[in-house]
Amino acid sequence: MKKTIIFLLAATTIIAACKKDITERNLLFSALNPAKTDSLAGTWKTLLLTAPNEFALAAPGATNVPAYAREINEIKSFQAALTNEQRSRIAYWSAGAVLRWNEIMRTLVARHNLAPYQNEDGTYPAPNANNPFAYPQFPFSNPPFAARAYAYVSAAQYDALVAAYHYKKLYNRPSPYIVDATLEVLVPKTTLAAYPSEDGVIEGVTVEMLKLLFPTEGAYIRAMAEEEKLCRIMSGANVRSDIEAGEFLGRLVAAKFTAKAAGDRAGVAIGNPIIWAQIEADCKARGETAWMSLDMPKRPPMLPLFGNVKSFLIDSLTQVANRPVPPPLTSSEKFRTELAEVKKYADNATRENIRIVHFWADGTGTYTPPGHWNAIAAEEFVQQNFSEVRWARNFSLLNITMMDAAIACWDAKYFYFNQRPCQADPSIKTLTGIPNFPAYVSGHSTFSAAAATYLSHVIPARADAFNAMAKEASDSRMFGAIHYRSDCEKGLELGSKVAESAIARARIDGAE
Amino acid sequence: MRTKNKLPKLLLLFILITHFSFAQTDIDAIMMPKHNFCGGLMYGQSNWKNYWEGTFKRDNQNLGTVTTSMVNIMGNYGVTDKLNLLFGVPYIQTKASAGTLAGQRGIQDLSLTAKYMPIETNLGIGTFSLYTIGSVSTPLSNYVADFLPLSIGLRSSTATGRLMIDYQVHQWFATVSAAYIARKNISIDRTAYYTNQMHYSNEVSMPDATNINVRMGYRTSHLIAEAVFDQFTTQGGFDIRKNDMPFPSNKMNAKRIGANVKYTFHKKLSGLSAIANGNYVFDGRNVGQSFVIMAGAFYQMDWTKKKKVDSKK
Repeated sequence: MKKTIIFLLAATTIIAACKKDITERNLLFSALNPAKTDSLAGTWKTLLLTAPNEFALAAPGATNVPAYAREINEIKSFQAALTNEQRSRIAYWSAGAVLRWNEIMRTLVARHNLAPYQNEDGTYPAPNANNPFAYPQFPFSNPPFAARAYAYVSAAQYDALVAAYHYKKLYNRPSPYIVDATLEVLVPKTTLAAYPSEDGVIEGVTVEMLKLLFPTEGAYIRAMAEEEKLCRIMSGANVRSDIEAGEFLGRLVAAKFTAKAAGDRAGVAIGNPIIWAQIEADCKARGETAWMSLDMPKRPPMLPLFGNVKSFLIDSLTQVANRPVPPPLTSSEKFRTELAEVKKYADNATRENIRIVHFWADGTGTYTPPGHWNAIAAEEFVQQNFSEVRWARNFSLLNITMMDAAIACWDAKYFYFNQRPCQADPSIKTLTGIPNFPAYVSGHSTFSAAAATYLSHVIPARADAFNAMAKEASDSRMFGAIHYRSDCEKGLELGSKVAESAIARARIDGAE
Repeated sequence: MRTKNKLPKLLLLFILITHFSFAQTDIDAIMMPKHNFCGGLMYGQSNWKNYWEGTFKRDNQNLGTVTTSMVNIMGNYGVTDKLNLLFGVPYIQTKASAGTLAGQRGIQDLSLTAKYMPIETNLGIGTFSLYTIGSVSTPLSNYVADFLPLSIGLRSSTATGRLMIDYQVHQWFATVSAAYIARKNISIDRTAYYTNQMHYSNEVSMPDATNINVRMGYRTSHLIAEAVFDQFTTQGGFDIRKNDMPFPSNKMNAKRIGANVKYTFHKKLSGLSAIANGNYVFDGRNVGQSFVIMAGAFYQMDWTKKKKVDSKK
């Protein structure tokens, strides 16, 4: 008995003494130290810029003049009194600005991925971009919104960096530690020209894009931006004029992308009650059971006109050609078989299936499936030692292809307006939240196949792993009892088709 | 206080969003006599329709009423008159009356408790006693914590230290205790999650908690009737945002009132007792406003080696 008591006391002490800290994978990333500098990236094909020098950037001042020496002195004055906290933030940002701003994006998406709470009368308020602070705050960063947001930010970063690399090559201003060999540098050195700074240009372009996409987050975004710029100066990587030139250039490039965003039809994707009724009537006219919101109170369908959003790469004809064949008719044997299969998964969930469902759920309050694929890509890219511009290029095409997946998938969803399994059979209980949009085709499957197909092009050695992840993400929706097999299989097919456009672009953009 | 033939009373220690955690007699001032064992079963049901997202109280038509049913197997052994060892193993099932989410079921957490009464003395017109209680709990199955509000538990191994005093005058008593509950981090099936920031890990840091429990009432060897106030406070954690899903490391707080009755049978049924209790959350944060009722039966056995004693006579 005494042993038992001692055991209990010991166990108490051990649990009470347990460290609460957790190890976060993204804080273990080491400093960016690219295998190749990609110094000729100024010649890569831009997405919206007509040419890398569409926006003029003045030549930097000389490095052998007192003004430059004063900039070096600024670095030295910071370095004379660096705190541990500052060193830790320098290390954080040194992993790469594209990476860190992508993480910040994922944070913003997760923070805003909350469906509005109903009004007293059972209707729902909608977020309003012109009054973003009123409840529900703008945006509701659901998967289509998020896919588009990731795409715009990544695409703008890419064009801005191509412009920056053009001017780097043109002006060829050395890094401060090359000018002054006595200067300490806290990040890996590079032979790449310093003006304009990659970090400055990424910060400049990203802040402008995020102001548009997450207008209530200005204070947080600004704080991160100021920290990033300061960290680069304190680290000795850049003098202030390198950073400021980059920021200036980035802001100009952002204007091209905010202008496109204003006219890409996403702003009207929510539709209106007349359009919602018409979509339902069209489905019924075909003799099919129309999708119905399973939220209570019933919620308007999520972004029914998102299928009309203008893509970066895919024209509307190609999009119609990509549209999947119709789902199994409600009256068909195939439909009954698929419904029974979903019911089987719902009623016989194994612990492993539940793990898969939850791992890929990416629902309310998360960074969404496109965010999950950004996280997957980031952890892969870290191991590839890409340059900043290559990070941006790979993320831009990844996110453009996932935005295209959202467009194509939402087009199919509202073209067919197909019911969810638990609408057809209310005895089916789900292992994750039921999304508020039609079933066919599965968004997770489309996003995942698009991402996996494109990433397999970027890192061919990992193709099997990427495709296995996409298949598991797709299966997770069947295991979770919220999708039929056809939704998943046709979603995977659609996603791979969509990604062909991004791969075609990757072959000719000059980076390969 | 120490009484003969006392059966353990049961108390619902934590009712968070849905989940029960039982510590049976660890929190009352009743000791099992030396070499006596008492074992039994409790059945209980918790229901809530309203819950708090942070401080915002609401219902949810996509859940309707969330019902948690529970069967708990429990036992208490008197090592000495002053030291008891207790265990509990609950089986739990959850269900939402509306919406599509699937209920969960399974064996939850084993709890083991050592309860020690170093002081029992006459004081003024009554009897004063002091107790120190140490308790650990750990999950017995691989259930899913990250499916609140339908998870059957939080999967966190815990260690609880409690100090308790009791004062009894004739049949009337009051018991007050305070506890600190250390909670171990948990692992979930996701490898990234958002609290009030993103975390890229499958590990979740669980905030510790404190508990205050006050009970007053009438106590004889055959009948105990008492009113209970209980306050569970999470030390840290974060609020559920409007229309977000709950998460295991939320700041779950609850203030509850309740009542317990225990009747111990005589004569032919000697050794058997019946227990009923109920409680209600009147104020909370990131928890369901649950109403709980429970009932159970226990049997006490004296494991003293009587025959041996007899033969010596």
